[in-house]
Amino acid sequence: MYRYNETDQRLVDDRVRQFRDQMQRHLDGKLSEDDFRPLRLQNGLYLQRHAPMLRVAIPYGTLSSMQLRMLAHIARTWDRGYGHFTTRSNIQFNWVRFADVPDILALLATVQMHAIQTSGNCIRNITTDQFAGVARDEILDPRPYCEIVRQWSALAPEFQFLPRKFKIAIAGGEEDRAAVRFHDIGAKACRSDQGEPGFEIFVGGGLGRTPMVGHCIKPFLPRAELLNYFEAILRVYNRYGRRDNKYKARIKILVKDLSVEGFAREVDAEWRHTRGAGSLIPESTFATMEAFFAPPAYADARATDLAFVAPRAENRPFARWVERNVAPHRHPGYGIVTLSLKKTGVPPGDATADQMDRVAELAERFSAGEIRVSHEQNLILPNVPLRDLYALWEIARRSGLATPNIGLLTDVVCCPGGDFCALANAKSLPVAAAIQARFDDLDYLFDLGPLELNISGCVNACGHHHIGHIGILGVDKNNEEWYQVTLGGSEGKHSRLGRVIGPSFAASDIPDVIERILQVYLRERLAEECFIDTLDRIGLTPFKLAVYGERHEAAH
Amino acid sequence: MKPLIKDGRIVADEWSLLSHEALDDIDLTPAGPRQIVPLAHYRTHAEVLRTQGHRIAILLGPDDEPDAVAPYLADIALVAIHFPSFTDGRGYSTARLLRVRFNFSAEIRAVGDILRDQLYFLHRCGFDAFSLRADQDVNAALSAFDDYAWAPDFGALPRTAPKGSLPLRDPAADK
Ligand code: HEM
Ligand code: SF4
Repeated sequence: MYRYNETDQRLVDDRVRQFRDQMQRHLDGKLSEDDFRPLRLQNGLYLQRHAPMLRVAIPYGTLSSMQLRMLAHIARTWDRGYGHFTTRSNIQFNWVRFADVPDILALLATVQMHAIQTSGNCIRNITTDQFAGVARDEILDPRPYCEIVRQWSALAPEFQFLPRKFKIAIAGGEEDRAAVRFHDIGAKACRSDQGEPGFEIFVGGGLGRTPMVGHCIKPFLPRAELLNYFEAILRVYNRYGRRDNKYKARIKILVKDLSVEGFAREVDAEWRHTRGAGSLIPESTFATMEAFFAPPAYADARATDLAFVAPRAENRPFARWVERNVAPHRHPGYGIVTLSLKKTGVPPGDATADQMDRVAELAERFSAGEIRVSHEQNLILPNVPLRDLYALWEIARRSGLATPNIGLLTDVVCCPGGDFCALANAKSLPVAAAIQARFDDLDYLFDLGPLELNISGCVNACGHHHIGHIGILGVDKNNEEWYQVTLGGSEGKHSRLGRVIGPSFAASDIPDVIERILQVYLRERLAEECFIDTLDRIGLTPFKLAVYGERHEAAH
Repeated sequence: MKPLIKDGRIVADEWSLLSHEALDDIDLTPAGPRQIVPLAHYRTHAEVLRTQGHRIAILLGPDDEPDAVAPYLADIALVAIHFPSFTDGRGYSTARLLRVRFNFSAEIRAVGDILRDQLYFLHRCGFDAFSLRADQDVNAALSAFDDYAWAPDFGALPRTAPKGSLPLRDPAADK
């Protein structure tokens, strides 16, 4: 993992001092709410429906066990004993006290953490693949690049007041597990024909009220030019992005207005001035950074170890958990464990302080002390010897962290919705809970196979509903909460947006609607065909018919 | 005279800023000898003003292109960049381009909705003079330049490349 040098530490310490002073001036009436709001947002402090909320950055989703213990401590001491892991690999504390925030930030700084730029119209937390460094299909380990971009973007003086928020994702694998085409900038590792390392660059992706799939503007960017090129993109955006209408201020609108080619030309014209100089990253920087992310010393572990093979053969719940929650690791005899934060009835992504402590302990015992946060809102132990899996599973199970549902219907991605969020049109958590409760039968879930269900409480799409195989969006109709269903969204290689199937439903109807959709799939699927492939083959019509009947079909 | 922060100190501002409104019926013999005028006005009236013995500087709006002012940079004492609102960040890029791309080394002044809490970042982008919003405490604002010990650092890895793209003075050296 990256460890702060003196400069990094000074910077976060200074930030705490600066924010403490701003908070004090605000409380003393010397800094008006209008002048203070952008400042507190850039320090992760929101005012929510019921209470202030603090969003803490987890840069590229990587945590040490010590950092996770601190998050547990904060949840326990300064909040109501839990935190919410988000789809942007941040953590949100929903019940902090406004004036306490400088103290919380000071505590975070002691473990090299901060809330800088977790909100506001600036460059936000960088996200990546939760399997970075251990995935088998990796082209480049994205973490060194993420850290370089993190350093460049933190307090980047020129880009503190962009037209709107700006999100960057970097993926290192053959398969894109970071949804790069749904970010303002997405960078996907690749190699040139000569084998040089670099990135394919996408811009203008994003969800929210105008969802768009990002466009490639540079099929190959040499890695040394990463910051020069990003800076060119940001500068073009900062200068020409719309500021008259906040709903049209994201970079995707600028890309659309200029056309993808037009935008790429502007960026190239800007880049011409710095190319080969400016913020060119020297080779030595890559080496220094890569050293921080060197793999742990792997033991001579084997997949055939009896401690793994025997329980797997004898214990069905364990075998099922291994099937769903353990991904192949690049090193033989090791696995990547996903601890599910999707237990039925618990808000997706929520973890209690005790659970966080338990995960920290598991990481120390079994996974070289490191934890990852995925954009599907689960926690990952990236380096676990297979022979330790059974012991790990037993402990995780007792803490409610071993639901064997990764990638299945009940691994719901969901925003906090109307229970917490002031912008919500509808609640999302009870809908997630109702679906999890209805489809709680493991045999049924395993039979359904891979299926992504995403729920957002309003068009801002924090729950990524557009890219769920099944998406649910809370809408407001005459002050009542309704839910619109989309089908066929997808991230990764086949990134695309789901399509709305028809008029929206009341919350109580949603489990039935999902059930009818699933029945169509189970009836129509060919052997081994998963939901999204059946949907692609047969189209939306059979699903609409099953949900709305002939009446609806006639009306369209 | 309105106080100005220049190079980290409070000084008396010798320049008058002619707003667009004031320019509508200007008789071209304004009171002060030092005038900051909008770019468009400069283009049409610079010669006249100069022959009348005025020193002139240029005011750029947030959407004025740095390229457009480039031909005049050698002739003017300062460039002022206007911030209609402190959350409109276009002026940061303008200043940085003037410094880095056009090697403009005279004063770049931030005017408009300029608050204490943005001074550090403005300074890092190349502004060296600040005309604060009327309600700001100018004396208290001086400490803003010390908000961060961090400054672009050309020495140590691994920050060099990521941060070291701003060939600006160290804020400490401004005092
Ligand atoms: C509860 C307080 C929150 C507020 C006020 C909030 C606000 C917003 C807004 C206004 C947008 C739309 C931006 C745009 O389209 O320009 C947005 C997008 C987004 N938010 Fe949130 N959000 C909150 C919580 C969350 C949470 C808990 C998550 C993760 C679970 C999250 C993740 C995202 C993501 C991934 C987007 C993606 C859409 C995009 O930017 O393209 N947010 N949020
Ligand atoms: S999608 Fe809407 S309701 Fe959900 S967290 Fe985002 S802004 Fe709030």
